[in-house]
Order: sequence, then C-alpha cells, then structure tokens
Amino acid sequence: MDQFANWVDNRHEYAREWKKRTGGKVVGCLCTYVPEEILYAADVLPIRIFGGHEASSLVEPHILGMFCPFCRDTLAQGLEGKYDYLDGIVIAQSCLHMRQTFWSWKKHVPIDFSYYLPMPHCTQAAGQYDYLKGEYVQFKTAVENWVGKKITDEDLDRGIEIMDTSRRLSKEVYEYRKGKKPALTGLEAMDMVLSSQMVDKREHNPVTQAWLAELPSRQLKREVGTRLMIVGSEDDDREFIKMVENDLSFPATFVVEDHCTGARYFWNLTVPQNDRLMAIAVRYMDRPACPSKDWPTRTRFDYIFDMAKDWKVEAAILMQQKFCDPHELDMPTLSKAFKEHDIPTYFLEFDVTVPAGQFKVRVEAFLETLVDFV
Amino acid sequence: MNVITNKTIYPTEPLKTWNEAKYLRAKYYEDFLKAPESGGLRVSGSGTMFFSLLGGLGKDVYTLTGEPYAATCAFYQDFSTECMEAVEKAGIARDLCGYLRNYWGGVLLDKYILADGTVVSPWPKPDFFFTSHYCCTHAKWYEWCREQEGNLPLYGIDVPWHPFDHEPTKERVEYIVQQSMEAIEWMEKVSGRKYDDELLVEAINIEARSSYLWGETCVLNQTVPAPLDEKTMFSLYVFNTLCPQLKEVAEFYEHLRDDVADRVARGIAAWPNERFRYITDSQPPWAFLHVFRHLERTYGAVSVGSIYSYALQVNWDFDAQGNFVPAKTPEMLGVKMNTREDAVRAYVDFKMKNGILCRFYDSEVTSDQMKKIVKNWKAQAVLIHLNRGCEGTAIGQMENRLDLMKAGIPVMTFEGNMGDYREFDAQRTMSRIETFFESLGIGRIDS
Repeated sequence: MDQFANWVDNRHEYAREWKKRTGGKVVGCLCTYVPEEILYAADVLPIRIFGGHEASSLVEPHILGMFCPFCRDTLAQGLEGKYDYLDGIVIAQSCLHMRQTFWSWKKHVPIDFSYYLPMPHCTQAAGQYDYLKGEYVQFKTAVENWVGKKITDEDLDRGIEIMDTSRRLSKEVYEYRKGKKPALTGLEAMDMVLSSQMVDKREHNPVTQAWLAELPSRQLKREVGTRLMIVGSEDDDREFIKMVENDLSFPATFVVEDHCTGARYFWNLTVPQNDRLMAIAVRYMDRPACPSKDWPTRTRFDYIFDMAKDWKVEAAILMQQKFCDPHELDMPTLSKAFKEHDIPTYFLEFDVTVPAGQFKVRVEAFLETLVDFV
Repeated sequence: MNVITNKTIYPTEPLKTWNEAKYLRAKYYEDFLKAPESGGLRVSGSGTMFFSLLGGLGKDVYTLTGEPYAATCAFYQDFSTECMEAVEKAGIARDLCGYLRNYWGGVLLDKYILADGTVVSPWPKPDFFFTSHYCCTHAKWYEWCREQEGNLPLYGIDVPWHPFDHEPTKERVEYIVQQSMEAIEWMEKVSGRKYDDELLVEAINIEARSSYLWGETCVLNQTVPAPLDEKTMFSLYVFNTLCPQLKEVAEFYEHLRDDVADRVARGIAAWPNERFRYITDSQPPWAFLHVFRHLERTYGAVSVGSIYSYALQVNWDFDAQGNFVPAKTPEMLGVKMNTREDAVRAYVDFKMKNGILCRFYDSEVTSDQMKKIVKNWKAQAVLIHLNRGCEGTAIGQMENRLDLMKAGIPVMTFEGNMGDYREFDAQRTMSRIETFFESLGIGRIDS
C-alpha cells in the first residue's frame, strides 16, 4: 500500500505540513502506553518518536552504550534536530531505557511541553485502574494548562472514537492475513501500523478503510511460503521484513506479530463507561502487555499462542533490540513455550542498523530447516 | 589545579562492631538455609522488598534477598563463573542484570553459597517470593524463578512513582497501600499462617529504626577524617537490604552508630593518611574491592560513600537548607498504628522516602543528590562506575556526569559490572583513575 509506505518514508515532512495546515501542536510519544486519546481530545497530534537506523555519535555523552539501540537512536534523532517541529514530548513510564531518552530530550532538545506519566510497571496489580485513572486526571490537567483549553467529555469521546476507529480498522485488515493466501504482506501490515503512529489518524483511517474494501479481492502474485510470526520488542525495521519476504531463496510471509509496532499497539478497543478517563485506563491496562509490565504471570503468552493458532503460524522469529532487558527476561521462557507448541523459532538481536547480509544467511538457513524436501 | 597538601597522619583502629557485622551476615545465610528444620518460612525477593509486611507472619520468617546474595556470589569468582556459565548455557542473555545471573545460576546448578564461600547443595527453595518492583528486572527475576522452581507463589508490589518527583497524591499512595493490604491477605493464604497485626507494627518500628540509625551513621561520615571508608561500609549498609525488620539488625545498627560516633569524638580515621575524599556511584565491581584499598594506600584517597551505600533501602528527608537528614521513623513522628491499615499507611509513607528510588525516576534529582552529597560529605570528586551489570543504577549516569561537570565537580567514569568479573578490566581502570588523580594534582603518598 503505497500511501502507508509514503507516510513512513516522509514522516517528518508530513508532520511539518500538518502543523502548517492546521496550526495545531504535535507531541512526540516515547511509548505506546501514552494515552493518545487525551491528546486527540485536546486537538493535539500525537506521533510516535522512532529512530533513524543510522549510527550517531551524538548520543554517546547522554546514554551509556549498554542501553538499547532504540532508546539511543530515538534520542539521537532529537539531538540531530530531526524532530524540531515537536511542541512537546510525553512518556508513559516504560522501561528504564526509554526513560533516559525522555530525560535527555527534555534537557537538551528545545521543547515547550514535557510530561512524564508514571504508568504502572505492572498491569496485574491491585488498584491499577484507579491509580492510572488518577494519573490521567493529572495528565489531562497538564495538557489543558498547556493548550489553554478545557477538555470536555465530548472531547474525550472524540479522542476515543479516533483511536478506536483506527484500532478496529487495523484489526479488520489483519483478518486478511489469516487466509491460505494472505491478501497483504507483513511489510504492508507493518507500514499500516507504523504510519498510524506517525500521522493524524483522522487522515489515516479513511485510507485504511478504502484499502479494506480492496482486500477481499486482492491476490498477491507471490508465493506465501512459510507462514512466519515475529515476536519481540519495538521493531520498525522494514528492511528486514522486506528482505525476508522478498529476497530469500525460500519463500516466507509474515502473517502476524506481537510487538508494539504491530498488533500489540491496536489490539483491544475501549469499553465505554461514563467515566471516560477510567475507560481509557482500563483499555491501556488490559491491552496485550509489554513484557516489562507482564508479571507475576506472563499473560502475553496466551495471547501470542492464540494468535499463532488463528493465523496458522508455522515458524517464528523471536527478535529483540539488543540489551532490551524486558524482552530478554521473557525470551528463554517464550522460546520454551514455542517449542511446547511445536513451532520452530529463530532468535535475532537487532541493533540500530541491521546486518542484512548476515541476517539473510541466517534466516534462509532457518527456513531451509523447515522445508520438506521429500 | 587542586594540589593536595594535607599530610596529617590520623589515628586509626578497627571497628569495634566489625565482628558483630560478620556474625550477623553469616547467620543470615545460614538461617535461610536451615529455616525448615525449625518450621520457619523461607521467603525470597528483592533487597528492596517491603520487609515489614512479612513481620506479621511470625518471627521465624527468613529472607534471601537476591541482590546481596548475588553480590556474595560475585565476590567468590570460581562459584560466580559456574553460575554465569550455567545461565549462558541455558540461553539467558549475558547482558541481563549481573546479580540475577548469579542467582539464576545457583537455581540451575542447584547450589547455594554461604557468606564464607562454602557451597552447599541443594538450592534452598523458598516457600514463596515477595518483592517490590521499580527496576525492570525485580519482579521478572522471580517470575522466572517461580516457574523454574515449580510454580511457587509470587507477589510483587509495583512502585511506579517517587515523592521526590511526583506529589504523593491520594491515588498514588492508595495504589501502594492497596497492594500492601492485598499482599498481607495473599501471604496468609500461601503460608497458611494467621497474620498478627501487632507483630506487623513491631516490624515496622524496627525496620524504620534500622534505616534511621544507618542514616545517622552515614551523616557521621561527613567528619574529616572519615570514620568509615566505603569499602567497609559495603559490609555494614547491607543489613537494610537483608532483614531490617529484625530486632538484632536494629540493635546492630545502634551499636554501630555508637561505635562510629565514638570514633568521631576521638578523631579515629578509617584510613590514617586521608588526603583526598571522593564518592562513587552505583554498586562496585564486587570482585575488585581491592581497588579501594589500593587508592587509599597509594594516594590517601578515601571513598566516603555514595547514593548507593547511603540510600539503598534507607529513607531520607531534607532539612530547610536542603541537606540530607535521616527520615524520622513513624514512632518518632508519633504516628498511631492502631489498625492494620493505619500501620500499612504509616509504613508506605516511610518506605516511599527510600533514597535510592529517585535514581529510577529522574536523573536531574539524582544529580542534585550527588551534588549535595559531595558538598555535605566534603568530597572532592566523583568516580562513576558505569555498571553494565545493573541498568537500574546505571540509568541516567551519563547525564549525572554532565551535571556534575557543569557544577565544577571533577568526575571520572569507568565501565565494569558489579556481578560479572569478566566485564571489569582492573588494570585499565586503575590506570584511568591514576591519570584522573594526576590531573587533579593528587600525587602518590610515597612520591
């Protein structure tokens, strides 16, 4: 889908143009736990801050090299001025790594508004919903003070509707990945989700809607090959997905995934209730969890294996950003669980740049082990 | 150039309470091992746990806190190597927490190490896990253990905010209180024991006292010459992360505080030729504590502490001038603890003043604290251990470095790993420190 890819490729130009066109404010989000609903309700555009996949030395004095490439790469983008159009940044307390990006950005990149939302570390704790709702009350007030307008229930309803429409449409699109011949590639799915995190969803939703109308009759002229799932930490590495789907001797298609640039971002909808902030809080606490918040029980595993079953997954790539502790803490158990489900896995560690040649050889060899030559 | 000219030789003598500390530490690991023999309970979890909540289960509840235990492993390199290799063989990432890998290694090997280095088998399984969680690793550590050790019960208390950075609103306080109340009911259920609220109050008072007394001891170290060096402090601070709710620990801290106060009164130094005072940051590489002694011997350079050794599980307040003062205990503040909920609220209020917490929530607050420590403890430089083994205490360190430099405080960094000796280059680190000292005009004592 060209429009999605185009948005991803030209994310900064889009945001600058959006600001010029609407006169609105743009806020960069450092984790998918940021309640974008509240920002939409304030007529602020939330976009996710991504890395540039280019090595940068600018980050060295700010974040130690043992922290994940994603947090370092995103900060580098800020320090390089790539996001100079941002009016604010928000983090909903995610892992330790990303917190540093927030702190350093706030300190070294000129910004009008910054907010650290102390999101629970656990999505299973007693009192979690009330606590998070309390945080949203504070966040809403801070945003109101910043933009100089009150956020009403009607505004929140609008914000929820924008977000839920995007989620509903994305979920519908994913249905077309289930069939024997998926109507879209993994790369196209990634572009859809990534672009939804980069552009105004009110502009993104109609494009997704139009694409949905095409999908039932869409026939891809490519071999499906091995049906792959990708599970892991933040992953916007389109080059890798493209390489696996297009450039290997053994055909393969990513039919589904569990990461925050995929299904985990949009999976569940808001269940309406009179207290809008509580409704939003429940939605974020009940979404498929990031491993950093998934304790004392690993609830994400059931979700992952239900997905693997429904999308008829034949093998999985377990990927993580190098040094990503939350995922590293799940990986041994996850890998074992895949084995118990009789789904072969291959583990890859991603850095700022991907060693395409090496990964090509490795994934190809993995796919070869899955092929029945008889 | 800050040339050090002080050539005073101070009197020195061993701590009177040293053997008591040694005895307590050895007893701690043995008590955990032998708990089932007397029908006692074994509980494992982070050294940051809400210890006093265990108090209501009785006086025979023995804890094994993961971080200090793993530091002991790390000190004994042969055993640590075995642990690390077992973990790596199991496909567990080498860049995970250095403590966690030592502990998990013991679980996989079915081996346990005592304070004197004696290795025993089997691994002493806890009855349940109880932890707090504010580092990405804490509860996830024991989530793996519970699975590995037969689906043992685990309760983690989520601590997502810190009063230094976030106003303690009703909802924020309530979140911790509610979890603590639930934890008590959960503990009753998994232990099969009736919970005694009077014992809870007693434990809270003791734990708060342990914290206060260590705080007072740390303040005494502002004296020149320092009555304690940090290498020694590492053996003393630790009880607040092992079992601060036990009477014997509070008693020890009282003896220690008196011992150190006496040293201050008599001008007894930790090191006779103290020429230069510095502070450190993060846990040290435990297998290389001799670096501290080398710097004392060669340069008269004494580390007088750190946020880590002053504030780990120790609660602090600030006076009107913004100086560190030990947080007053609920008892000192006259807080009534007539019901379980009163007691839990008082405990949460006290516990949230845990000084180390700021590290996890704001690098600027941490930098401010480091600057205050430098000033109040009369330090002349900061040596930051860029600790590859603990992302929790390494978080924000590079920004701390910039903030300290901006404040005109000499600062040097070196990389290492508190729990994995293979990631520390002693020779290189020593050279770096020596060059740093030279740049500050600190000559060798013998030159």
